[in-house]
Amino acid sequence: MSNDFSIIGRPTAMIDAAGKTTGAGKYTDDLSVPGMLVGKILHSPYPHARILRIDTRRAEKCEGVVAVAVGKDAPNPYGILPVGHDEYPLALDKVRYVGDNVACVVAVSEVIAEKALELINVEYEVLPAYFDPEESMKAQSDLIHDSKPGNLEKDYHHIFGDPDQGFAEADHVAEARFIANEVTHAAMEPHSTLASFELDPHTGKPGRLTVWSSTQVPYYLQHKLSLVLEMPMAQIRVIKPLVGGGFGGKSEVIPLEIIAAVAARKAQAPVKITYTREEVFWAHRGRPRTIIDLKTGVRSDGRIIAVKARVVQDGGAYCSYGVVTILYSGALLGALYDIPNIQYDGYRVLTNKPACGAMRGHGTVNVRFAFESQLDELAAKIGIDPAEIRRRNLLKPPCITVNGLRVQSYGLPECIEKTVARSGWKERKGKLPKGRGLGIACSHYVSGAANSIIRSDMPHSTVNIKIDRDGGVVVYTGASEIGQGSDTMTAQVAAEVLGCSLPRVRVIAADTDLTPIDIGSYSSRVTFMAGNATLRAAEEVKKLIAAAAAKKMNCTPEELVFRGDVVIRRNGHVGTAVPGRPAEQSSAASVSGHVEGQILRGSLQQKRKEEGPKDWMTFEEAVVAAIDFHGALTGTGSYAPPQEARGGKHKGAGVGPSPAYSYSAQVAEVSVDEETGEVTVHKVWAAHDCGRALNPVSVEGQIIGSVWMGMGQALTEEMVWKDGMLMNPGLLEYRSPSSVESPEVEPIIVESVDPEGPFGAKECSEGSLAATIPAIANAIYDAVGVRLHESPFTPERVLAALRTKKNVKALNLTEGVDPTSPTRFREHGGALCFKGKGPERHALDPSRRQFPSAAGGAD
Amino acid sequence: MKKELIELRVNGRAHELAIEPSALLLDVLRQELQLTGSKRGCDDSSCGACTVLVDGVAMMSCTLLAASCEGQEITTVEGVSEHGALAAIQKAYGDWGGAQCGFCTPGFMMTVKSLLAENPDPSEGEVRAALSSNLCRCTGYSQMYDAIRSAVEVERKGLAAAK
Repeated sequence: MSNDFSIIGRPTAMIDAAGKTTGAGKYTDDLSVPGMLVGKILHSPYPHARILRIDTRRAEKCEGVVAVAVGKDAPNPYGILPVGHDEYPLALDKVRYVGDNVACVVAVSEVIAEKALELINVEYEVLPAYFDPEESMKAQSDLIHDSKPGNLEKDYHHIFGDPDQGFAEADHVAEARFIANEVTHAAMEPHSTLASFELDPHTGKPGRLTVWSSTQVPYYLQHKLSLVLEMPMAQIRVIKPLVGGGFGGKSEVIPLEIIAAVAARKAQAPVKITYTREEVFWAHRGRPRTIIDLKTGVRSDGRIIAVKARVVQDGGAYCSYGVVTILYSGALLGALYDIPNIQYDGYRVLTNKPACGAMRGHGTVNVRFAFESQLDELAAKIGIDPAEIRRRNLLKPPCITVNGLRVQSYGLPECIEKTVARSGWKERKGKLPKGRGLGIACSHYVSGAANSIIRSDMPHSTVNIKIDRDGGVVVYTGASEIGQGSDTMTAQVAAEVLGCSLPRVRVIAADTDLTPIDIGSYSSRVTFMAGNATLRAAEEVKKLIAAAAAKKMNCTPEELVFRGDVVIRRNGHVGTAVPGRPAEQSSAASVSGHVEGQILRGSLQQKRKEEGPKDWMTFEEAVVAAIDFHGALTGTGSYAPPQEARGGKHKGAGVGPSPAYSYSAQVAEVSVDEETGEVTVHKVWAAHDCGRALNPVSVEGQIIGSVWMGMGQALTEEMVWKDGMLMNPGLLEYRSPSSVESPEVEPIIVESVDPEGPFGAKECSEGSLAATIPAIANAIYDAVGVRLHESPFTPERVLAALRTKKNVKALNLTEGVDPTSPTRFREHGGALCFKGKGPERHALDPSRRQFPSAAGGAD
Repeated sequence: MKKELIELRVNGRAHELAIEPSALLLDVLRQELQLTGSKRGCDDSSCGACTVLVDGVAMMSCTLLAASCEGQEITTVEGVSEHGALAAIQKAYGDWGGAQCGFCTPGFMMTVKSLLAENPDPSEGEVRAALSSNLCRCTGYSQMYDAIRSAVEVERKGLAAAK
């Protein structure tokens, strides 16, 4: 876009793309070390039960089984949030969801480990379980965690401005209950961890631990491993190989990551555990089912005057990121539009289901669905165009919102303008044939949290750069590449600052022994924070090179320009070569650099001296000069969000503030089959303000991917539960959209150039998701005139809404079916049922006779 | 279970292997032959990350017995690159953003390869239909269509130049 840059802003293939397309790239499950054993986890078949006794003797005697780990092998609680240390790697005294972790068998093969799982005898005392958050909140006894009365993980009550006064002044008020059902990440790579201890030469006992894991947060994993294993962090090395997608599902410590280390310690051998797809669904940590009671008041000119939201999240059995999720849901009511009065009541509730955690668009997505739907309804009530009502409520940045969020760059107006123009909104809205409609919605997201979850003053990201005589630039960053392009972004930023070509830069990432601390890939923080840290580290090295080069060229460092692998005096001439043609130059330069740097340097330098000062140097020459002058060439940069961006002072104010927010506006075109209730999305126009697109291919990929994932949540994806049992723990049953169900998405990049982002860049991977669901909901309203209050908008729900509109009795699709069956069609109940380990097992079940319980005293 | 000796031809090379008759092709490729390019994304042929070509036909190796492939030519993603360089489709997936996390990419490579072998110039509808056997959670598939179109272009130009 701008000609001032030579690397950034150009579509660039990811630097690790070849490894991915050839299969050479290694993910955790692709790794093996000599003597490695396989771990398999025994999961709870009950949603809520006390463990009375675990007998592992028969399993241990099994040929090929090396060890069986249980809760007491590592009885230390942990959790991703310091306020939520409520999990044990393996259950100590209680299981809290179907799938909770009870024991881990380590064996020489997967088959043997699986067989041995059947030989572990666990005696449970089944407790009453809670599956519905509103029921769970009424609990008096049999609490899920004894320290949480009413099964309430956390509640927050925020009032900003004067909402009551606001509603009194409102000309129109809309009020409704919205429900967004539970969804999960379903990243293509199932979680996997390989843990290996080495013997300490001084003590002769197991010493350092190395863990390879599919994680978005190597540093947090190192921290939690240290806590649970009671080892110093310095003794633990976490390496993140390629990660096959995260979307938040790998942004906290997943049980297997710690279980693998506990099992390796007990088995005294390296252990790898890889989840089956079904286990991935149980591990979950996805977006919670959310009940939103929303009330919005507007003036007749369309200005929003007050918002009141009561949000209940079905958080599952453990805290996970829950406290943060419930805070984001409230905080991100602000920073998109100018809302003067907000009341927020948020409840994070515990239930006996797998824990929910962070998922793409953490906390904001479900509330945004409700808000944008209601805004659409109000626009219709007043008779204002839905795009126009959004324009009338824009913020006027730079500003600080009523709930303390600082907004600087704000590309929302341009996003709305561009989607409206590209989609033909003005010409086509309301004029499409019956059953077809257009809907608009907006969203935003943080570019990283301004406050780290572990409270401290440490920088959120630090980056080291080392350049050696060969002219190779090595960037050491803790930022985690999980497919979003973090390594490529890092290389681009370093190359841009140093004026060198991209292949010259090598990125060493996410290895806690080698790379400085970066708190990980989540809340879309990497480009902004690790990008800024890289920028600063590169600037520091550049200063050193410039000082040495300037001396050689008899000029001041400020006169030097770094570009196209050449360091040149401003207005100087590069002999025959012309800067700005990096391809030709870098090949010539690398040869000369090799020669000069290592073999003939002395004589060439002599020659150069005789020739007298020049106007330019190759990058290698400048690097060699700098190393000769300074002794070494390294630089460090770090980033911590500025104090002004860290939010207000109220309780819970820490979540929501970000150094910058991304903005998105989308128009969706859908058609609805009124006979079947089926919704088809034809096209989505998605404009996203990412500050500056450092790599347009990646930015567009992130926008399309977000919109697509939002569409999945809007139409098909849903975790279906029956008494705490997941009914669809498989990729076919979960119904992630395939290529034939995926619409065309037109990404539109808007660049607002943030004053604090690296080259002005902000978030681009999450913000778009939240707008898609309401854009589709609003398009459905435009198409057939029904307002859907519960996602996903399945044919049943659409049909029910259509029939209600026509005042026809709603069809009960499950009428006459077994009353104990789930309300949705049951595709399969998962391997737990198949293996006969479920609660309702028949006494004559053959597998039961085959493995009599040890308690029976048969042996 | 007693192991049996079989000969498996993978990417043009013959391997003599002692495997259990129940061993799945995916496990044999990944564990016995260390060809870890083919991935396990599910366990029931619902995601396509394990797709390989068996005598040119795209098959999901996670639900295929290795022993049943004796005497057939198996191609995995490791056998896609040509003459030590990226094949057009591999280069295009990188350039156009067809791969993000890359975990599903080997499966897509094989599916696309089989599609283009049958239909060298598929329409977008045909591409969508062919790709529906594989799941991707990152890309929303759009950039893959661009990549495939571009690879088809490159191949066509290459053929024209060779003539």
